[in-house]
Amino acid sequence: MRKLVSIVLLAGFIFYFATLTGGLLIPSTSSERSSVGLDILSRTANETGSANAVTSVVVLYRGFDTLGEVTVLFLAALGISVFMKNTAKVRKRTLDQSFILKTGSRLLFPFMFLFGFYIIAHGHLTPGGGFPGGVIIATGFFIVLLTSESVEFNKTLMSVLEGLAGLTFIGLGLVGLFGSGNSFLQNFLPLGKFNTVFSAGIIPLIYAVVGVKVAAELSSVVFAMKESK
Amino acid sequence: MNSIITISTVLNAASMGLIILGLFIIFTQKNLIKMVIGLGIADTGVNIMLVSTGYIDGNTAPVFSNASLKISQMVDPVPQALVLTSIVIGFGVSALALALIIRLFEKTGTLDTSKIRGLKW
Repeated sequence: MRKLVSIVLLAGFIFYFATLTGGLLIPSTSSERSSVGLDILSRTANETGSANAVTSVVVLYRGFDTLGEVTVLFLAALGISVFMKNTAKVRKRTLDQSFILKTGSRLLFPFMFLFGFYIIAHGHLTPGGGFPGGVIIATGFFIVLLTSESVEFNKTLMSVLEGLAGLTFIGLGLVGLFGSGNSFLQNFLPLGKFNTVFSAGIIPLIYAVVGVKVAAELSSVVFAMKESK
Repeated sequence: MNSIITISTVLNAASMGLIILGLFIIFTQKNLIKMVIGLGIADTGVNIMLVSTGYIDGNTAPVFSNASLKISQMVDPVPQALVLTSIVIGFGVSALALALIIRLFEKTGTLDTSKIRGLKW
């Protein structure tokens, strides 16, 4: 019965996708580009000062949505720490790995931190930004925690950092709303010289805040998983 | 350039294949961890499909890193920005699902959906 239902459902999906992508064999040309994309590409350099058009969409044109996205990540981290909180019997055993692994992971950590910071700071110039950079920094924490279980991190500091980052995001948006501009997340800083690190107004600030928030959230997920073990 | 198989075709076929493979895993497997893996595969397929809608053959990334780059040489930035959101949501969904599965395993002692009362069909 289960197999039959699966096959019927899968056949339905295959038919659906086959009709959905009717232009499967037609190569796409530049005339197929959406007018929104063309509009953003032609306006992004003068309006936002960001060399990366995707970043200008994510942080400015669709910045309110990014705030919601960060909130979804926060809710996932919150749910995980709630679920993992009352797990049965904390086993007190030290599973420290060998000396070489421990030393190697601690040697690697500052470089991963630096690389994550670089990705965050160049979000408006190259592919990257707050989300990948934050994940790289959290991965640095994760590697240290995997190799040496006796390491303790300051959880309160992480929560404070996360809350401050979220508040700064909303505060920057409100300055745009009530200050010089008239819309949420309106740019109020000078655009600077195009295609340099200190340019694009509030985009690097917002991406730095997003990076701190993502790194703190993912690190707290790793801590919650580790503590329940 | 006149060949029928272009990068868009490969992207479309790969995304459809990944979505159907992921759904097949979700429908047929009984292990909860494998179902989450299937969810992740289907998620990747959806992301590739979204990116491929904005792809234009022969064009580069929408980054004005070089002054000689023109708008007509770039792909659509809007689907890529949407996929960034989609990846983050996919991460949140799978992390939360795995946390739930850990709790379920502690409560029932099994990962097999056919052995857990109330999940049988």
